[in-house]
Amino acid sequence: MTYTFGLDTFGDRNADADGKPLSHAQTIRNVAEEGVFAEQAGVDFFGIGEHHTEYFPMPAGDVVLAAIAARTERIRLGSAVTVLSSDDPVRVYQRYATLNAISGGRAEVILGRGSSIESFPLFGYDLADYEELFEEKATLFAELVKGGPVTWAGKTRAPLIGQDVVPHTESGPLPVWIGVGGNPQSVIRAARLGFSLALAIIGGPPARFAAYSQLFERALERFGRPPLPVMVHSPGHIAVTDEQAKAEFWPRWRDIITLIAPERGFAIPTEESFDAETGPDGALYVGSPETVAQKIAANLRVLGASRFDLKYGMPGLTHEQLMTNIELYGGQVIPRVRELLS
Amino acid sequence: MKPGKLAVLGAGHVGPVIARLAIKAGYPVAIATSGDPEDLALITELMIPGAQPRWSRDAMAEADIVVLALPLHRFGEIEPGLLNGKLVVDAMNYWPATEGVLEDFSRGGSSEIVARRLAGSTLIKAFNHIGYHELEDRARPAGAPDRRAAGVAGDDPAAVAAIAELIDQLGYDPVRLETLRAGRVLEPGGPVFGLVLPLDEFERAVRVGARSLA
Repeated sequence: MTYTFGLDTFGDRNADADGKPLSHAQTIRNVAEEGVFAEQAGVDFFGIGEHHTEYFPMPAGDVVLAAIAARTERIRLGSAVTVLSSDDPVRVYQRYATLNAISGGRAEVILGRGSSIESFPLFGYDLADYEELFEEKATLFAELVKGGPVTWAGKTRAPLIGQDVVPHTESGPLPVWIGVGGNPQSVIRAARLGFSLALAIIGGPPARFAAYSQLFERALERFGRPPLPVMVHSPGHIAVTDEQAKAEFWPRWRDIITLIAPERGFAIPTEESFDAETGPDGALYVGSPETVAQKIAANLRVLGASRFDLKYGMPGLTHEQLMTNIELYGGQVIPRVRELLS
Repeated sequence: MKPGKLAVLGAGHVGPVIARLAIKAGYPVAIATSGDPEDLALITELMIPGAQPRWSRDAMAEADIVVLALPLHRFGEIEPGLLNGKLVVDAMNYWPATEGVLEDFSRGGSSEIVARRLAGSTLIKAFNHIGYHELEDRARPAGAPDRRAAGVAGDDPAAVAAIAELIDQLGYDPVRLETLRAGRVLEPGGPVFGLVLPLDEFERAVRVGARSLA
């Protein structure tokens, strides 16, 4: 199996060495630098997830990806994720087809909700319509990526009749993934639409998701589609030692989960729960290069997945800490995982 | 006693977990969505082995206990008459932050509003306050030292006792609340929502929460 390794960010707002938050503008410039450096470090993919908050000031990640594309040659670039339900599928397609043009065919799209909901009131959508919005728009998106004139009608946007949507891609359809959190019906939908599966595993034992990979494989067979890859997306932080990685990440993780817990229904993290999540059966990849590599290799095997995306960073970490994380991931973790899996 | 037949309505995050726990505990389980059971067959085969995918109408008709594990905004699609005379467990939540504002549920406890719509059924609130991952991972047999507690609320004491028994079988120490109104302490924003507490801590949190409801 050929494995690929990515890094994803939500534009987590950086702090300086004294813990003072940097501006949104500086954080965005730092993300562009991190994307360029990811290529130099040997990472295969760099993804930016859409968010609209003070601590994740990243609503237009495709613009940042274009800046990275202009300064790189090889690294693939995409969203992680695009909140399709509160966007226009035609515009999403056009933006990523444009990124594909600029980058010479390196663009990808991961569609989903993330666990973010702030875009719904911002753009005038009702969360209660979430399922219908996603189902309709994902179906339209599947038509758009085929290329050629699109005819479509639904309730969530204006109809299209033989519409030629530009720009045309020169290197075939964009790779499209659907991000899934734990709903088996979403796995079936990804297979039905012919999109690859991205398992977002942010808590608890990753092995429980093995059934989702099997479900995806069987559903693809049932819909008469060829096999498609499965990706694992999980948060983490790499430093030279386990102790240093945990010491840097824990207070930032605690603060952000405590902040969003009331609206997401998360439990407030404790040092005990953090130790469980960073241990071999948890969802967080926090530690030295060897610790993180062992965990990635083990979970890719168990989950039958061929791609791993580390969601690096956390609001309050410094740009320098993130650059070290990227250097260790590209320089040590990725080669070690490849070795472990060969 | 032979365990009653369970119907789980909903095959999203929560439904399959409750179905798996019930199968493990020896209950016959049917599962249904708003659609064709054919579409559910792959999910049940791989993720809920032993569960029977059914049309929701048939699943409800044949069940002794019906578990509502669908999104609350889809609840209105269920024909109340099909649940007449049934023991119904409401595992749904009114949680505007994740599902949006629902005008019908914006005042009062969500299970009390569900109960008014299902006037011919006996309604119990349970399984709503533990996250779906934890619900499965933290389940333990009776007497296990790290067993956790789960709430059960309703206006009919016999029905509360029956679902307390189900909760015990599925792997939690049941904590009985004597009315659906008292069950508001189990809702989002309440003192036990999203937590998985041992019995003593759960009872304490519920007592403190009950004072703020009074």
